Amino acid sequence: MATIRFIEFNGTEHLVSGANDSSLMEAAVTNLVPGIDADCGGECSCATCHVLIDQVWRAKLDQPSEIEESMLDLNPDRTEDSRLSCCIPVTEDLEGITIKLPEFQY
Amino acid sequence: MAGVVIIGAGQAAAQTAASLRQEKFEGPITIFGEESEFPYQRPPLSKDYLAGKISVEKTLVRPAEFYDSKNIAVNLSAKVEEIDLAQNTISTTLSETFKYDNLVVATGSRARELIIPGHELNGVHYLRSLKDVDAIRNEMKTAKEICIVGGGYIGLEVAAVATILGLKVTILEMESRILKRVTTEKMSEFYHALHAKKGVDIRCSTQVQGFEGEGSVSSVITKEKTFKSDMVIVGIGILPNSELAQKAGIDCENGILVNENCQTSARNVYAIGDCSNHPNPILNRRLRLESVPNAMEQARVAANNILGGDKKYSTIPWFWSDQYDLKLQMLGFSADGETSIVRGEVSEEKFAVFYLSNEKIVAVDAVNSPKEFMLAKQLYGKRADPEQLSDVNYDLKKMLN
Ligand SMILES: Cc1cc2nc3c(=O)[nH]c(=O)nc-3n(C[C@H](O)[C@H](O)[C@H](O)COP(=O)(O)OP(=O)(O)OC[C@H]3O[C@@H](n4cnc5c(N)ncnc54)[C@H](O)[C@@H]3O)c2cc1C
Ligand code: FES
Repeated sequence: MATIRFIEFNGTEHLVSGANDSSLMEAAVTNLVPGIDADCGGECSCATCHVLIDQVWRAKLDQPSEIEESMLDLNPDRTEDSRLSCCIPVTEDLEGITIKLPEFQY
Repeated sequence: MAGVVIIGAGQAAAQTAASLRQEKFEGPITIFGEESEFPYQRPPLSKDYLAGKISVEKTLVRPAEFYDSKNIAVNLSAKVEEIDLAQNTISTTLSETFKYDNLVVATGSRARELIIPGHELNGVHYLRSLKDVDAIRNEMKTAKEICIVGGGYIGLEVAAVATILGLKVTILEMESRILKRVTTEKMSEFYHALHAKKGVDIRCSTQVQGFEGEGSVSSVITKEKTFKSDMVIVGIGILPNSELAQKAGIDCENGILVNENCQTSARNVYAIGDCSNHPNPILNRRLRLESVPNAMEQARVAANNILGGDKKYSTIPWFWSDQYDLKLQMLGFSADGETSIVRGEVSEEKFAVFYLSNEKIVAVDAVNSPKEFMLAKQLYGKRADPEQLSDVNYDLKKMLN
């Protein structure tokens, strides 16, 4: 379990709790956080679960896989904070993490 | 207030309910589903779930508790028998009658049946539902040889899983090549060679005439040869579940006809997902699609319109397929292209085929090439320089500017 703070592009905040064995994407859609489409249901096939995670929190995560990295590479809103939220499992270590959502999903 | 009633408890139904709540709808939402499970995702059924890599819970579109917590009533094992457009009601097998203000038909599709001698034998399966896969997985534990009738994506995915599990796999395809209805010769050849290399016996131009066995199937009969087989999976396409709507007097033609707002010919009645036949403004024609992204987007469109919005459906169809360790992502229809351009090395199992019409990108088949897929997603319908596309040293990012 971890408490996750999602911040929509317009600034609206959602404090949700994510279960272990689920992904950040699942935590968002289960709690109806807008701004994540997740069109492939978490198969790392669509890139519509794009989120932004700052350096401090990113350092606690596993590196993105080659597939995740290439899915992100051509995203017009890509920054160095970009990750695909379906590829990140929720763990206790993520307690208090803040995740920003981009304006659009492509 | 009678609220929104949704028929079918699948991918599209679950997303409609979620989108309605996300858009702050507070009225009643009631889902009726024929199956006994909460809405689940079907893609894993021929992939990770079949392989035994993930649990049932992992296939659910939303966790079971979600519906209660969002005040969404889900009635399972409840088949809707009738829609009464004059009364604005539906009735179920449990002879309940239910009133609606807005009705969403999300009945999906069903496997096309192969009615030939021996089709009722045990061990002859279709692959559409969790129950189907549970039965298949169970038999796979002891089966040694399996015949797959139909070389479409689902058939090929099952072939990959069965091969990895150690079964001897034979694919029997009626057409001259596998995947003929959905892709180009180049892609068919690639997947044929891939499966052959893994030990799958693929027979094209082969029509199955019957199944034989004592109680349970033991062989598959074709004109040329009889194939020994402990079990059979038939994957020869699907049919839209549109009869319920048709019976009610809603316009249907190869699915339930809807406009760009996912509205049917009946007032306050929407149809979404596999069962809908909808206009695609980007492709300029009507389509009936069997894909998750389509079900999700139509659900969002229907929810928005129910709440008084005017969201219109307008997306480029796309699909994916996982076989062995290869991820295939497809966008658009390759048949719309006049020329094709390959980027990458087919022999390295990492390449993309772009399809162009009037020098514009109209489709891509990307094998282990997510970047190329993402490029096509953004440059769809736009001009692209064939030389840059085919040059692996050319940075695709530059094309987006
Ligand atoms: C094995 C398999 C693999 C797939 N792989 C992929 C893939 O990799 N990528 C992809 O994009 N798509 C894939 N698909 C397709 C995708 O799963 C479908 O397009 C999607 O499920 C459509 O959602 P839906 O809600 O329209 O229909 P469904 O999810 O089929 O849901 C419809 C539900 O309605 C119920 N129902 C029907 N009639 C009634 C009635 N009268 N009363 C009550 N309930 C009723 C049905 O029982 C069913 O549960 C796959 C499909 C299968 C079967
Ligand atoms: S949900 Fe599709 S890539 Fe994350």
